[in-house]
Formats: sequence, structure tokens, C-alpha cells
Amino acid sequence: MSKISISNLDFYYGKAQALYDISLELPENEVIAFIGPSGCGKSTFLRTLNRMNDTIPNTRVKGKVLIDGKDVNDQSTDVVALRRKVGMVFQKSNPFPKSIYDNVAYGIQINGIHKTKADLNERVEKALLDAALWDEVKDRLATSAFGLSGGQQQRLCIARALAVQPQIILMDEPASALDPLATQKIEELVVELKRRYTIIIVTHNMQQAARVSDKTAFFMLGKLVEYNPTQKMFTNPDEKLTEDYITGRFG
Amino acid sequence: MDHRIIDQQLDVLRDKTLLLGGATERAVQRAMQSLLTRDSKLAQLVLDEDKTIDQMELEIDRMSVEILALQQPAAHDLRLVISVAKITPVLERIADHAGNIAEATLIINEEPQLRPFSDLSLMADNAAEMLRNALDAFIAEDAETSRRIILADKVIDDAYRRVFGELIGMIINDPTTTASAAQLLFVAKHLERIGDYVKDICELTVYLTEAAFIKHSARN
Repeated sequence: MSKISISNLDFYYGKAQALYDISLELPENEVIAFIGPSGCGKSTFLRTLNRMNDTIPNTRVKGKVLIDGKDVNDQSTDVVALRRKVGMVFQKSNPFPKSIYDNVAYGIQINGIHKTKADLNERVEKALLDAALWDEVKDRLATSAFGLSGGQQQRLCIARALAVQPQIILMDEPASALDPLATQKIEELVVELKRRYTIIIVTHNMQQAARVSDKTAFFMLGKLVEYNPTQKMFTNPDEKLTEDYITGRFG
Repeated sequence: MDHRIIDQQLDVLRDKTLLLGGATERAVQRAMQSLLTRDSKLAQLVLDEDKTIDQMELEIDRMSVEILALQQPAAHDLRLVISVAKITPVLERIADHAGNIAEATLIINEEPQLRPFSDLSLMADNAAEMLRNALDAFIAEDAETSRRIILADKVIDDAYRRVFGELIGMIINDPTTTASAAQLLFVAKHLERIGDYVKDICELTVYLTEAAFIKHSARN
């Protein structure tokens, strides 16, 4: 069974329809890339998976988003628990104005995941290790997160997401503001993390989608045009529209 | 975006491949003509022009790597660059075989003339025609024709077996012909190998067109 199963999903900002009849199966422990031109609905779609669109007034969703068989839009769904299970990393790193340690510890503390101070320390260390940041920050955990480089701040945000033990991580252009080296670190991290998490990444960088993802979904004007293994998508896509987009032939 | 930077570069790459293909075709035809007409001058010309073909190969290699590195092609664009990069050394090897035939011609022309071998001419005609059609099919991205050309290689293989038998028979019957007959055996083998290389070109046209690798597959 798929980790996430989406069927006939429509989404509206007020009267404007942003997503049309999307059906998609996202498997566990894989990286799935969403690509498409600006305004194609890929980020909107990403946010329907953990109901981040709820924070935008006057939006409406139709259709089903099942995670482990449970409808995320069901009235009985605990949205806080949903967002713990489905973590998110944004385009611009957004650390809290706190210490490096507190940034990671915060989610653990408010969710009451830890038992003792030692347990909390252990969880913070593990999240920083998993985000490949520990070695760079272990000697300055008490200093401000703003003292970190852009790439380090983004990995801190990934550590913060990992700290609350999610199963799915949504990444909305996580490396678009980073230099090639920092981007490479994020990409290596994504590939490493998929052993334990299901990762969905929105990217404008075709090569990044090709490098890190197992499957790629191409969106255009709110519709899903093609969803295929990444290897097929970039060597022999089924749809002419996909080929035109990935080869920059769009007019 | 109507005109992409990569389009212009892919056009140049295609043109250079066509030029190399033309030069290779010419080398095969001249080599066989030099053999059949005992024209040592023409044979020498084939050998002299081989250096130009080597240079053309290097230039296409350089350009393929540059497009891969700088344009990062995908889908059909990627398959075109990969196909060209794989076809180029095949063409260069075909030209090498033409050079080997020219070398054999120079040796044979020092010996008394043997009787003509119709199957050798048949092999040469077929090999040249297959090569020309394979290059046309590559440029036209015609997978169907390419598949037909692959099957046509059997005619060359059959002719090779007959030529081989005849030449061995000739050596047994008249050992004085050994030197020339041995060279003709080499020529026949070179033509047979050219047929195989043309098949490789056709397989790459199928890859370019259908993204399917048919090399080593049962249906091939």
C-alpha cells in the first residue's frame, strides 16, 4: 500500500481553482520530486498533504488525501499530530531567534516527547546528527542559530523537523537559496534520509530532481501531467508536454 | 522559448556526424574500388585521409562532452548526444577497416591478379549500401528502416562464409596464390565486420527514436 494516496483532489483559493482532479500514489521510503513551472500548483499540492493550506483563509479542498489509509481532511484528524507526522522544510530557512540547541529542542518539548533532560539532549543530538550538522555545531549549541551559514540554517530546520519523529518530510525548494556546496549537502542528506522517511521535494531545479528523486511528478496549470520513475521521466517521458518542459522548449 | 541554445549546438553535432559518416562511406567505397580496379594510388588516398577521419572523431567527442557538461540535456536531446557519442567511434572503426582493405590492396597489387570473386563484390556493395542507409535512417530517426537494415546483415554474413570457403579451396588447390588469397580473406573479414558495425549504428537509431536498447536482445 502507498504511504500517501491521493484521489480526485481539487483545490480552490476562493473561487479560483488551483488543482484539478489530482490522483497520485506516493510510496514509502522514496523521494518523490514535484516539478513544474511557477504557479502550476505543485507547492499548493504539497501543502494539502499536511493541511498547511488551512492557514490561508477562504480555501477549499475536495477529494481524498489518505496517509496510511487515514483521510487527512477528516474532521476527526488532529492537525497538530498530522503536522508532527508530516514535517515541512521551506525554501527560506526560518530558524527561531533562539540558540541552535533550543531550535531543535523546541518541538520535542512542546510535544512532550522526551522523558528527562538527558533524553532531550540525546534527541537533540540525534536530530542534528541525522541532519548532518552535529559535527559543525556541537561546540556551539548555546549560540544563536542566526550565526550559522545559510546552508547550515537549512540543515538546522531539517533537524528541527526530524526531532519530532515525522514519517514524511515535505521540502519546498529547500536548496534554491543555497550555493552549490550547501545544495550538494542537502541533496546528500535527502538521499540518506529516505531510508527512514518518505520525502517529497518541490524543486525548480531539473537536475536536482533527477539527482535525488526516485519518482517525479510534473504539474502544469494545476493538473498532473505525468508521474513516472525519475529515470524514465528524464530519458524518455511519456508526455510531449513533459519533454518540452524538461528540455526547456516551453513557449 | 522558440530557439534554445542547445538546438544550435545539436544541429552542429548532427552535421558533424553526417560529415564523418560521409567520409567513412567514401573511405569504404574507395577502398573497395582500389581493390577491384587494382588502383594503388586510390588505396593510398584512403590511408592518407584516415587521419582526417580521426580528427573528425575527436572533434565530435569534444563537442558531445561539452554539450553534456554545459547544456545538461534531457530526454530526446540527451539520447541524441549519447547516440552520436556512441556512433562516432563506430564510424571511425569502419574507416579503419576501409584503411585495412586499402593496405591489403597495396600488397595484393604486387602479386599476379586472381580471378574475380563475385561474392566479395556483393559483400562490398551490401556493406556500402547498408552504411549509407543506416546513416540516412539515423538522421531521419527512422527506427523501422534501421530494424530492416539489421536483418540485411545476414546477406553479408552468408556471402562471407562462401568467400571464405572459396579462398581456402583456392589455397589448397594452388599454394602459389596463398599470399593474395590470404589478403582477400582479410578483406572479406573486414567487410563482414563493417556489416556488424552498421548494425550497431542501427541499434543506436532505435535507441534515439524509441529509448529502447535492442543490442543483445532476443528480437535483435
